Parts: sequence; structure tokens; C-alpha cells
Amino acid sequence: MASGRPNQLFRNKTAKIAAIPMILTAMVVFIGGTGWTVVYSFTKSKLLPKLEWVGLDQYERLWNTNRWIVSIENLAVYGLSMLVLSFVIGFLLAALMDQKIRFENTFRTIMLYPFALSFIVTGLVWQWLLNPEFGIQGIVRDLGWENFAFDPLYNADLAIFGVMLAALWQGSGLVMVLMLAGLRGIDEEIWKAARIDGIPTWKTYLFIIIPMLRPVFITALVLITSGIIRVYDLVVAQTSGGPGLATEMPAKYVYDYMFRAQNLGQAFAASTMMLLAVLVVVVPWAMMEFGGRKND
Amino acid sequence: MTDIATATAAASIGLPEETRTDDGPRGPRPVRALSRRNIMLYGTLIVVSIYYLLPLYVMVVTSLKGMPEIRVGNVFSPPLEITFQPWVKAWGEACTGLNCDGLSRGFWNSVRITIPSVIVSIAIASVNGYGLANWRFKGDNFFFTILIFGAFIPYQVMLYPVVIILREIGLYGSLTGLVIVHSVFGMPILTLLFRNYFTSLPEELFKAARVDGAGYWGIYFRIMLPMSLPIFVVAMIIQVTGIWNDFLFGTVYTKPDFWPMTVQLNNIVNSVQGVKEYNVNMAATLLTGLVPLVIYFVSGKLFVRGIAAGAVKG
Repeated sequence: MASGRPNQLFRNKTAKIAAIPMILTAMVVFIGGTGWTVVYSFTKSKLLPKLEWVGLDQYERLWNTNRWIVSIENLAVYGLSMLVLSFVIGFLLAALMDQKIRFENTFRTIMLYPFALSFIVTGLVWQWLLNPEFGIQGIVRDLGWENFAFDPLYNADLAIFGVMLAALWQGSGLVMVLMLAGLRGIDEEIWKAARIDGIPTWKTYLFIIIPMLRPVFITALVLITSGIIRVYDLVVAQTSGGPGLATEMPAKYVYDYMFRAQNLGQAFAASTMMLLAVLVVVVPWAMMEFGGRKND
Repeated sequence: MTDIATATAAASIGLPEETRTDDGPRGPRPVRALSRRNIMLYGTLIVVSIYYLLPLYVMVVTSLKGMPEIRVGNVFSPPLEITFQPWVKAWGEACTGLNCDGLSRGFWNSVRITIPSVIVSIAIASVNGYGLANWRFKGDNFFFTILIFGAFIPYQVMLYPVVIILREIGLYGSLTGLVIVHSVFGMPILTLLFRNYFTSLPEELFKAARVDGAGYWGIYFRIMLPMSLPIFVVAMIIQVTGIWNDFLFGTVYTKPDFWPMTVQLNNIVNSVQGVKEYNVNMAATLLTGLVPLVIYFVSGKLFVRGIAAGAVKG
């Protein structure tokens, strides 16, 4: 399909034809689909989508639904602790790996392999590890502490942290890799200067290196946050949202109302709220990142 | 040379430059092999490694034990009597609903989903990237920006409209439909990857080919494609693991007969009826994780580059 002689009009034509899948995806699915969902979140849609306006009714009902409120609270607890721990663990591991250690590749391979696994696999393994009879609790009890209790997945107050344990296992390696790349990008001269000035290593990290890693931190922040807001598979596999509502998440709320409860309006309103949450994080980031360019 | 270009591509999307290992040490110079610092350093690293490795170990030992042994022991005890029965059962007999033909069904479904999805999505995205890098037209950046934003929109927002679109074209519930879905949602990150890569190639190459009379497809197939095999491998790694690990699209857009492995696995393990067979469950879990794990261990550094780029997918 060689297009022959280069000719302004013809050149653009081929390029445009080849770009059709991209244009369709961007305009129909991303813009059209998102817009459609937002529009229908203001309607009375139940089993089927229909254009019967109800204003903000769906949102009002959403924010009066206990399950949604609990989901949001869960997400807040999970999200905040996940964010802090991902950063702390990721950075500490990266700093350790940056000490010119031997077997760096081996250690990195070990820390990163969980990332290759799906959330389903992750959730199921940790469900088994946290099994109260045979898992960690069982072992400690066998050792003689009969009253030892560590059953996060069966304790409504702790379940969310059981999920977090699994999520950290799966994702912290990636944060480490990102931060390590950032550390490697820092000029050796800075370390030398700090050493000559007699600044202790930990202070150098805290006051010189970390501020310099800002771009990496922001990338990690955006990645981790958008991952947190989407968390779905992991919860489905590990706890199915239980015990009770202890690990329900907004993404699961959307799915359940969309395909199980057949209450589309609720699902659309809930997913619009998720979209809003992502925009709050992504838009400022994009403005900083691509500040010079016009965004839409 | 291509390696440098790949690194540049990775770096320009804010990613690790994996090839730089020749840098000097950071922090104070290590004194002796067994200094207190080294013991603490490696000690910590080994403890951390155990945390990461433990679940894999537990999966393996559990899947090799018989149920009676599991009931008396704990998750960490090594099997006294190794049995492969759980693997056989997980592969060929485990039940999902009424079907009792094991995880093999899900495995082959996943293969039938993954292969065409990977090919189609990479074909489309590489052409997109090539066009965006070399054949600019008015407004192309606008579409590209939307595409990148699309990578951050929660899938839940677009789930139902895509159901409607697929239903309209008669592909809802079919494998073809799922292939389209994967191609659409894989497009942002792959297009970004290819665009950055093709932009990093010297422009003279493209100009020379134009002077020699090559057109859009000629340059793509004869010059760009052969030059960019590494980036195609990276894209393949992203897509194979991403699509193999997908759960959401698999549940939403397919019928039970076409369920991919992850969905079937979740149904086998989390089914409420019957006695829980933990060893079969773990064998099934390992089987599902095997494909991405093999890819990970075989591809090494390319995988790191790939997932760092693919991380945007969340």
C-alpha cells in the first residue's frame, strides 16, 4: 500500500485515515462515553437507560445511601494509609537499593515480581495467608499463644488493612523502582558537596534529596492515587467487600448497581463521583506537567 | 543504538533509565565486607525479600499438599508428602457453576483473548505513534491529549456506554468484542510509548526515506518497524501481562463460556458451595499467575521498562 509520490494533500489523507481508530477511541469512547454517563446520571434510569430528567436526585440518594458513605470512608482510610505507606516503603527501599549493593538485580527482581501478578491472584493468596485457622494467626497460636488474634479479614475494624497488606505487597516494588530511578538521576556532585559540608546522610536525604525528587514523587502520587480510586479486583477476590461492608469500595458499588441491582442511575451517579475524584488529582498534575501546552 | 533510543523513550515519559549502572556509589564508602553497616543493610534487604517471597512460597507448598495435611498443619509448613493431585484437579476438574472442566477452559479462553488483543492493540497503537511522530496533521495533538486523559478516567465511567456500543454492533458477549475493548483501553499508554519512541529516532532517517519516494506505509513497514523491535517487545510485555491479568472487562463483556482465566479463578476459589479445597485453590491461583510470572522472569529489564510505562493503566 505504498502511497506513491509525496503530495501534501495525499500525505495528510493517509495519515488521517490511519488515525481513525485513535480518533474514534478518543471522541466516541473517551469523550462520548464519559459524557453519556455524566448526562445519564441526571436521569431516572433503572433497568435500562432512559432520558427522564430528575436533576440531582440520584446524587442525593447516593449520598444518603449507607453503603456508599461506608465505601467512601473505606476508600479514604485505605487511600490515605496506602499513600503514606507506599511512599515511605517505596522510598526507604529505593534508598537501600541505592547504597551500591551487590545483587541489586536479584533484590529488585524479588521486590517487583508481585507486580506481574493480577489483583485476583494477589487477593486470593493473601486471603489464604490471613486465614485465621491455618494462616499467620494459626501459626502463632500453635506456638503457644492461644489467644493471639490476627484475623484482619474477619474483623470488620481491620479488614481494610488486610486488603492494604496485599496491595502493598503487589505494588510497592513499582514505587521503589520509580524512586530508585529518581535517585539515580541525582548528580553525584550533590552528595560530594553534602559530605564535604559534613551533613549527616539522613539529613542529606531529608533536606536535599527528597526536595529534588519532587517530579518523581508527583508521578508516583498520580499513579498511586489513580490506582487507589480504581481499586476493585483486589477487594472482590480477597474479601468480596466483607465482612459486612468493611471493605466495600466505590468501584464495587458502581459495578454492583450497574450489573447486579440494575439501578443504572445510581451507578452512573457513583461513577461520575469517581470521575470527579480523579479529575481533582489529575488536572492539577497535567497543568503542571504540560503547563506550556493547551489542554482540554 | 536502539537500546539508547529505548532508554530515551522511557526517560522522556518520566521513567527509570535502567541502563545507567556505571554510576559511583552514593553515601559513604563501604569499609569492610562485614562492617556493621553492611550487616544492617543486607539484613534489612533479606528480611524485605522474605516478605515478598513468602506468598509465592506458600502458594507452592500449599498446592503440593493433600487436604488432610493442610488441616493439621499451617500455611508455611513444607509438604511431607508431595502430591500433584491438586494441580491436576485445578486444571481439569475444578467447578465453576455447572461446568466442571477445570481451569483449562479459562486458560484457553485467556489465550484466545490475549493473542488477538495484543496483536490488534499494538498494530493500532504503533501506527498512531508513528503518525503522531512523523505525519502530523492539524488537530492530531488534540486527539492525543484526550487519549492520554482517557488513561486516567476510571473504567467504571465508560463501562456502560461501551456495553451499548458493543450491543449495537452485535458483539456484546463475544470474544471479538472483548478484543476491541482491550484494544481501545490499551491505546493511550501504547500510543504514548510508540510516539515517544518514534519521536526519538533521528528525523533524517524519515526525510531520506521520503526523498527516496517511500510513502506512509512504506516508511512504516520498511524503516520504522524493523528499527523498533525493542519497543515492540516492551509493548508486548505490557499488553500480555495487562490483558492476561484483566478481570473487570472479562466479567463485564463476556459470557461465562468465554470467561478469561482470572474470572474463572475467582469463581472457583470464592464459590460458596462445597468444601473449600485450599490446595486446589492455590494450584489454580499459581496456574493463573504462571504466564505473567514467566514473562517477568524471562524478560528481565525490558519488563521493568514496560511496567513503568504501563503503570499508568493502574
